[in-house]
Amino acid sequence: MDVRAQLASVFHLDKCIGCHTCSLACNNLWTSREGTEYMWWNNVETKPGTGYPTLWEDQGKYRGGWELRGNSLVPRTGRRLGILSNMFFNPALPTMDDYYEPWTYDYEHLFTAPPGDTPPTARPVSKITGHYLDVEAGPNWDDDLSGSPIYAKNDVNLASLTPAEQEAMFRIEQMVFFYIPRICNHCLNPACLAVCPSGAIYKRGEDGIVLVNQEKCRGWRFCVSGCPYKKTYYNWKTGKAEKCILCYPRLETGQAPACFHTCVGRIRYTGLLLYDAERIEAMAKAPDTELVEAQRRLILDPADPEVAAAARRSGMSDEWLAAAGSSPVYRFVKEWGLALPLHPEFRTLPMLFYVPPLLPVAASNKTGSYDLTESGFFGNTGNTRAPLRYLSALFSGGNTGIVTDALARLWAVRSYAQARSAGNISESQAGDLLKKSGLTAETAGQIAALTSLPRFNDRFVIPPYRREVDIQETVNPQKHQGQTGFGFSRTPGRGL
Amino acid sequence: MIDLVLYGILPYLTVAVAVVGLIWRYVTNQFSYSSVSSQFLENRQLFWGSVPWHYGIILILAGHLIGVFFPRSIMAFNGVPVRLYILEGTALALGLLVLAGMVFLLLRRGTNARVRVVTTPMDIVLLVLLLLQVVFGIGIAIFYRWGTSWYVQTAAPYFWSVVTLSPKVSYMSSLPLLVQLHAVNAFILVGLFPFTRLVHMLSIPLAYLWRPYQVVMWHRRQQRGL
Ligand code: SF4
Ligand code: SF4
Repeated sequence: MDVRAQLASVFHLDKCIGCHTCSLACNNLWTSREGTEYMWWNNVETKPGTGYPTLWEDQGKYRGGWELRGNSLVPRTGRRLGILSNMFFNPALPTMDDYYEPWTYDYEHLFTAPPGDTPPTARPVSKITGHYLDVEAGPNWDDDLSGSPIYAKNDVNLASLTPAEQEAMFRIEQMVFFYIPRICNHCLNPACLAVCPSGAIYKRGEDGIVLVNQEKCRGWRFCVSGCPYKKTYYNWKTGKAEKCILCYPRLETGQAPACFHTCVGRIRYTGLLLYDAERIEAMAKAPDTELVEAQRRLILDPADPEVAAAARRSGMSDEWLAAAGSSPVYRFVKEWGLALPLHPEFRTLPMLFYVPPLLPVAASNKTGSYDLTESGFFGNTGNTRAPLRYLSALFSGGNTGIVTDALARLWAVRSYAQARSAGNISESQAGDLLKKSGLTAETAGQIAALTSLPRFNDRFVIPPYRREVDIQETVNPQKHQGQTGFGFSRTPGRGL
Repeated sequence: MIDLVLYGILPYLTVAVAVVGLIWRYVTNQFSYSSVSSQFLENRQLFWGSVPWHYGIILILAGHLIGVFFPRSIMAFNGVPVRLYILEGTALALGLLVLAGMVFLLLRRGTNARVRVVTTPMDIVLLVLLLLQVVFGIGIAIFYRWGTSWYVQTAAPYFWSVVTLSPKVSYMSSLPLLVQLHAVNAFILVGLFPFTRLVHMLSIPLAYLWRPYQVVMWHRRQQRGL
């Protein structure tokens, strides 16, 4: 057993209001520079929809993630020799048009326009070329389905649905959608890293954050196509890849990452998970529908004395072990089985987990008017508006059982909390639901508390880093202090 | 006199500039080492430029090196006329391939607005010099046939005379003008090497072929590994 710690996260989708505050916080901090304007290390997309960059989930197009060939795990991008032979032209690279061309507006014109019959307008101007531009796409162009069925219809995850189910979904589509905020998953088996010919990407041993060494990156661009989540980006100005750094400079000073800290819906949780590094590969090879279970098995119980002993042997401090013990992520993912990985079938073992949205059918319009009575909102258990198969295409590699279980538990917790606080459902009804979903009243109370009433320190359990102590043997901390987050203080430029 | 400068001094000068420049750039500004690819901004034209250019030029450079390092085997190979024709034909075809690639690349630089934004003056200088080099090379292949054979008897010995620090200037100065232009332009390219995007040639990541897929680094442990 080789026990390591991973700073992992949970996003509770029922709580996301799609406000994009997270994206802006990140953008203000890290990507409001030339070359990175189009990057949204954190983005929020509407599901069903095609996302950002367009159709990122379509691995036939971008060839990201891993695939099982026989019994070996191979990056879909190609084997090593194949990758090297594609260095001059990466056939699967998304281009700027797959994201969008960043723009600003010609505000100057508002002041300089000659007098005329109509008020002047500020036309959009490309931030790349400075030319006028017809805006055709943006980072959240399909926000709230954008008033069009096109985005929803092209969602890759619909492929697994029968025509009848798809049709039902599109009737439903007029009334249901939900948001998925996405950041880099800081995977246990990162594909971005595996396909980097320069060896510039690495996973930090201590906390599992995946970073690109800017000095070593040579701009070969395979990480961009290799990451199945499209969470590595190419800086067109410097010719280097950049990605979410999980705000490690903030974490190392005890602060939550900016997108977590600012989240308006308070949907985000972060904390440590312990895992057995020796079993990563074996677990990543599980069949599609067993991947969620495999990933859960990989995560170890910090209260288990054997695990704790092994963790100490590999150099983990008692403080970190204690932080792992009170991690909200561990509870959501392993104890409660509520939080699921996004697209586990990409086999990168993502370390960001989502509590799937409940989206219950609350009413019908069969009578021509909005009818709340039919199913009785809080009596309804199984009737979710997003087809189970759609949710399981997203969150469980097609295993509907896992999603059903999670939804049943969420529903039971909600009923339980309603029974206690609002009384609009009877205690016995709530009790039945709890029993069916296999939860005790005590657990349901804990889930409800951590879902709706968590304080800052319940949501973010950040282990003490003591980075200054860690680095002083190899780097002069005084020198380190004067450097930018990336480790050097020269203005990044292109070539010489 | 001019011959001495061109074939007795220039090669040493440019190699010295290249070595010092490369070390200086690597030590002071490793960040600037990159392929500075613009595929992200423009995809389609690049394919028709970059792929023929790179594969063609790698084979052509390899041919030049084989001529220098294994002159006897080239001579032996060319001993049979059919083989000589095949070799010459291949070389010319590759030359035309890289010419087409280079023309595409230059056109792309000039016409695509996005690509123009990331084009430095040095990029243009480099592309033009490379284009000239290719044109000279093709000209030689057409006007001074059987170069695969006479190259190993003129340029290859000259190369070794430079390496052994006794440059035989007359080996080069007696060659036709086109060949001399090809050689001098090559020296210039060597000298410019550290100051252009050509540095990406030094980053060919062969180590990737045997490195494990995953890379994990620890703050306090110096070694990296799984
Ligand atoms: S999500 Fe992050 S760690 Fe995982 S493959 Fe993509 S960039 Fe790498
Ligand atoms: S800030 Fe929070 S609630 Fe708002 S979009 Fe981002 S994740 Fe959702």
